[in-house]
Amino acid sequence: MTLLYTEVEEELRAAVRDLLADRCSPSAVLGRVESGVESGTPYDAELWKTLARDIGVGGLLVPEELGGAASGAGGASAREAAVVLEELGRAVAPVPFLASAVLATQALLSAWGTAGGDAGGVVAGELLGRLASGEATAALAVPFAASPYAPPAPAVALGEDGTVTGTAGGVIGAEIADVLLVPVRLTRGTALCAVEASPAAALGGAAGGAVGGAVRGPVRVTPATSLDLTRPVATVSFASAPARVVATAGGPETPWVREALLRGAGLLASEQLGIAEWCLATTVAYVRERRQFARPVGSFQAVKHRLADLWLEIAGARAAARNAAARLAEAPIAGDIAVAVAVAQAHCGAVAVHAAEECVQLHGGIGMTWEHPAHLYLKRAKADQIALGTPGDHREALAGPADLPAPV
Amino acid sequence: MTWDEASVARRAAAFLAEHDPAAVDRLAFLRARFDAGLAWVHFPEGLGGLGAPRELQAVADRELRGTPDNQPGRIGIGLGMAAPTILAFGTEEQKRRFLRPLWTGEEVWCQLFSEPGAGSDLATLATRAVREGDEWVVDGQKVWTSSAHTARWGLLLARTDPGVPKHGGLTYFVCDMRAPGVEVRPLRQITGEAEFNEVFLTGVRLPEALRLGEAGDGWRVAQATLMNERVAIGGMPVRRTMMEVVADTWRSRPELRTHDLHQRLLRLWVESEVMRLTAARLREQLAAGHPGPEGSGMKLAFARLHQELSGLEVELLREDGLAYDDWTFRRPETVDFLGREAGYRYLRAKGNSIEGGTSEILRNIIAERVLGLPAEPRADKDVAWKDLPR
Repeated sequence: MTLLYTEVEEELRAAVRDLLADRCSPSAVLGRVESGVESGTPYDAELWKTLARDIGVGGLLVPEELGGAASGAGGASAREAAVVLEELGRAVAPVPFLASAVLATQALLSAWGTAGGDAGGVVAGELLGRLASGEATAALAVPFAASPYAPPAPAVALGEDGTVTGTAGGVIGAEIADVLLVPVRLTRGTALCAVEASPAAALGGAAGGAVGGAVRGPVRVTPATSLDLTRPVATVSFASAPARVVATAGGPETPWVREALLRGAGLLASEQLGIAEWCLATTVAYVRERRQFARPVGSFQAVKHRLADLWLEIAGARAAARNAAARLAEAPIAGDIAVAVAVAQAHCGAVAVHAAEECVQLHGGIGMTWEHPAHLYLKRAKADQIALGTPGDHREALAGPADLPAPV
Repeated sequence: MTWDEASVARRAAAFLAEHDPAAVDRLAFLRARFDAGLAWVHFPEGLGGLGAPRELQAVADRELRGTPDNQPGRIGIGLGMAAPTILAFGTEEQKRRFLRPLWTGEEVWCQLFSEPGAGSDLATLATRAVREGDEWVVDGQKVWTSSAHTARWGLLLARTDPGVPKHGGLTYFVCDMRAPGVEVRPLRQITGEAEFNEVFLTGVRLPEALRLGEAGDGWRVAQATLMNERVAIGGMPVRRTMMEVVADTWRSRPELRTHDLHQRLLRLWVESEVMRLTAARLREQLAAGHPGPEGSGMKLAFARLHQELSGLEVELLREDGLAYDDWTFRRPETVDFLGREAGYRYLRAKGNSIEGGTSEILRNIIAERVLGLPAEPRADKDVAWKDLPR
């Protein structure tokens, strides 16, 4: 295991970064957010198509046998997905990578891993193949704010006719998803179901039809006005929507969701690292140029020391995020992998917010304007801090493994 | 010849065959080890080394484990700072005179850099050395000098030309700590003990042969010493961490636990884990031949974590935190950080953000050298030292 970046990872990074530099500049994201205020979604379906299909980021976590790039023998893994997330964070890119290629994919992988060759396993395998090829995009219909340590009980029910009914709120990536993965409650136990958002949904064509609470048959996706303009949350309602069962579990627990949230949290740290790196680099460039009192603002110690401290926090975030990604690449979640994830989230969530707040502050008045992209990063960073467990949730989860028990 | 692991191991075996550590006197054994080139293998032959790659030192140390050693705790300044400086800048005669007794521990070294008026701004120092024939006459005062009371030699930075800007007028000497006019006084610290000294230099006469490097080139020589100092501080082995000390108290004294302390303790546990991972990543970068700038930040991070943990420990202990173990005046050779009580740790950790480069200076280094931010305007750059306002 290494905490450095491999050559293959750096090549993948360069490919993603080049594409984003061309197609996803901060001003382009701002423009998209502008039009998204009216259309209801900021997602760039064309950019996502190129990323998912041409660069192949849709299948980084999907095993080769199902059409993905992941393999135990030097293929892709959580490490590569983490590098992609760093770049997407650096660009606050409005694409559903985290929603589809990480969270939904992880839930399917978890279900596929336990289902074996049964009917559900076949469904999971088929869906993973579609996601890996970039042909389809999925969303996991659970709140983005859900903590992996206390996942919410499913609010959607599976009827005897094989349809699902109910509502899931706070979901990311639903507007652009072709498939919704829904944890549902059964009379006894729980299940993970797959619901086609629209039978004719094709990548790039679906987004427009999902807007503003439009009805797609029995599935309704209603985007909320969200703090994070580049990755809004939506409410998904099902009214007797035809569903396929992917996996079932006996208890009240939805183990696939828990695992997806935990793995997602570990990888989210890399997105937070990317956000923080952009904020630091942009702020350093600005304070070197901006002059006040006949000096560059960046020559004042009061400013330099804050940026030095931030740099140190980010060096720590890089080590922690890399550690989490490397451990997750080792496969089944064990105790020490859970520790790596919790440490990364407890640290990186706060670092990204701190970096974005410093970015706004040290840009002065311009940092407070809509035209400067700093606010996009602040909003993403703050939303990410809440997503998949707050830093406090992750710290508390460490009390057991660190053997630092709470007071009685 | 080119040395590898096997040849160094053979050399060590041959040395042990000739010098039975049980049969010879400790000092004689150490001298012989030096002469066999097994003291610091990366030093040149004849100066305690073999001219071998530095990493083969581990082989020599492993092969000679259990034999008399040179007590690095007591002679750390000599080994960590004096030796590399002498090797880089000393004359052949100086190298032959100083390196062997330095390594065997027969002669202890100290470092006479800091002054009451020149700490972080070291180059403003005022200790004067004036040339008289073949001698230099030194007058001034130094401070924060560890081991001065036991030292045979001191690394001395002094001003030899007050008429040029501050960095240009300095010269580096080896100070004879037994010379008349050298007076060492213990400097008692907030912990109650005197780990450091003040050194007063009054008309101290040093022969020309004790100058290290060219006259006026002292700043460059001192930079080498300071660089080695930070390596020596960063490279010290950590047997047990402050985090473990606090965690042990937390585990064994459940009655002390509160929710507030629990939150703060978990936060610091995460921080120490992040620091451990950052250090691990840095080591990997070094091993790959790409030293990362993270090293500049490690001391900064360490100081903050140590201070917060030691402060939390005193608070956690409540009533016991009000007690102090020993205010008796003492002159320790090393910092016994974990061997003492919480109050001592709290007070001594305050030095972590000052000694070996203050946290403020380290932040400037990160801001300017890593982030490329502009330096503050310098009022002293082109002004002769004697004309600087003081």
